[in-house]
Amino acid sequence: MTQLKSTMAGSVFKINVNVGDQVESGQVVLILESMKMEIPVEAEASGEVAEINANEGDFVNEGDVLVTLK
Amino acid sequence: MKKVLIANRGEIASRVIRTCKRLGIETVAVYSEADAEMPFVKEADAAFLIGPPPIQQSYLQGEKIIELALREAVDAIHPGYGILSENSEFVKRVEAAGITFIGPDAETIQKMGDKIIARQTMQQASVPVVPGTDEGIVSLEEAQKIAREIGYPVMLKASAGGGGVGMIRCESEQALSQQFESVKNRAKMYFGSDAVFLEKFITNARHIEVQIFGDAHGNIVHLFERNCSVQRRNQKVIEEAPSPNLSKEAKNKLYAAAVNAAQAVNYKNAGTVEFIVDENEHVYFLEMNTRLQVEHPITEEVTGFDLVEWQLEVAKGNELPVKNQADIHLQGHAIEFRLYAEDPKTFMPSPGGIQAFNFVDEADVRVDYGYRENNKVTPFYDPLIAKIIVHANTREEAIEKSKKYLASFEIEGLKTNHSLFAEILNEDAFVKGNYTTAIIENWLKKLEGAK
Repeated sequence: MTQLKSTMAGSVFKINVNVGDQVESGQVVLILESMKMEIPVEAEASGEVAEINANEGDFVNEGDVLVTLK
Repeated sequence: MKKVLIANRGEIASRVIRTCKRLGIETVAVYSEADAEMPFVKEADAAFLIGPPPIQQSYLQGEKIIELALREAVDAIHPGYGILSENSEFVKRVEAAGITFIGPDAETIQKMGDKIIARQTMQQASVPVVPGTDEGIVSLEEAQKIAREIGYPVMLKASAGGGGVGMIRCESEQALSQQFESVKNRAKMYFGSDAVFLEKFITNARHIEVQIFGDAHGNIVHLFERNCSVQRRNQKVIEEAPSPNLSKEAKNKLYAAAVNAAQAVNYKNAGTVEFIVDENEHVYFLEMNTRLQVEHPITEEVTGFDLVEWQLEVAKGNELPVKNQADIHLQGHAIEFRLYAEDPKTFMPSPGGIQAFNFVDEADVRVDYGYRENNKVTPFYDPLIAKIIVHANTREEAIEKSKKYLASFEIEGLKTNHSLFAEILNEDAFVKGNYTTAIIENWLKKLEGAK
């Protein structure tokens, strides 16, 4: 299990993956919006999306889990 | 005009309040739950909470703001920049409520807000525009065909975009193909319209803009130019007035084009006409901003006028405080530095608390700040913390003075781009004054190369 955590506070602008998807290391899994800027969040390792822990539009804090990979 | 509501936040709200106070005008501020502790809330004569932190639920709540304005019996609304300032529907609703909107009329805002219509309007007025499309582009095939005609690199832009958002540079047909759908989707999502168009990307370009002002009596003047070529992510970081390394002929061409552009739309109040100037000093219209700009203070420093006061005068229906172009003179040189809460090299936003914020009062240095010590810069709004504006007799003196002042300027507790200023002030291209919009990119490349 790898947890992809938010590196900054902001809102979830767009989620690019679904549960069950295979993602590659470096793939943009979701996009955060902070201070009027889009921040792409990349998978740090390859794996299958086990759980999506946030919804589009949610406000997340630094360190919050966004996506869980297995 | 006795009472003004400021439909904005941060440094620009404080800036507008300052002039209102000097003129004996009462001020009303609106603020979100995230901004309760900010200076502008305390500086206003009255301040009202309008909603939770997200901008859609607070500062963009036009109806709520108008209701409050009516309840508080304000005479006028100042929109600042961004937020509702270029929203023509809001302007119409404000005026329908019998309140004065401090800015141009709704029709002008609508016309200039649509970049495709703005291009067409300028072409009709014989103002040169960047080579590109005059209609929205529907399909990728059409985009590819046009891009081949004008030549790569091209800029793919959202018609309803602005402020550096909703545009992307495409170096090749492959890049254009990859970006086309995503720019369209983003345009739809951000601006509510998926109309896109193409412009030739002008290499070695400078971004130079002209401040213009019009009144309801048909007077239009320009207040010289600002060079805003120091940019990251298509957004400005350092601006200066007047522009270095620009011939008298090119300047006159810019002023004439800007005044023409303003006359073409019968412009009233403060506006800025943005141009791209290429290495041969060819001048191309880029867009017109129908509001006060973030960087307006450098124009105030070199002309000696208070542009917010001018805005209020024009909104009252009065003539421009100075309506003869010949009576407007340049006095020295001014540079503005935008202090952002962001990483100084990656430019990634970096919200956080301000633990220390110290700067001294000095003649000819102005600090327009939105936050003070113990305030939090939250992720909900843009990262601008303060603007440092330095004025001197000559450009050389302004640069020297800036270096000294910035070295004594302290901000702690969060990442800021403070260290970038000294780096750019020491860049050869900046010192010479012949820098282009690639100056930050080139500086970063040099850093990478030095590793």
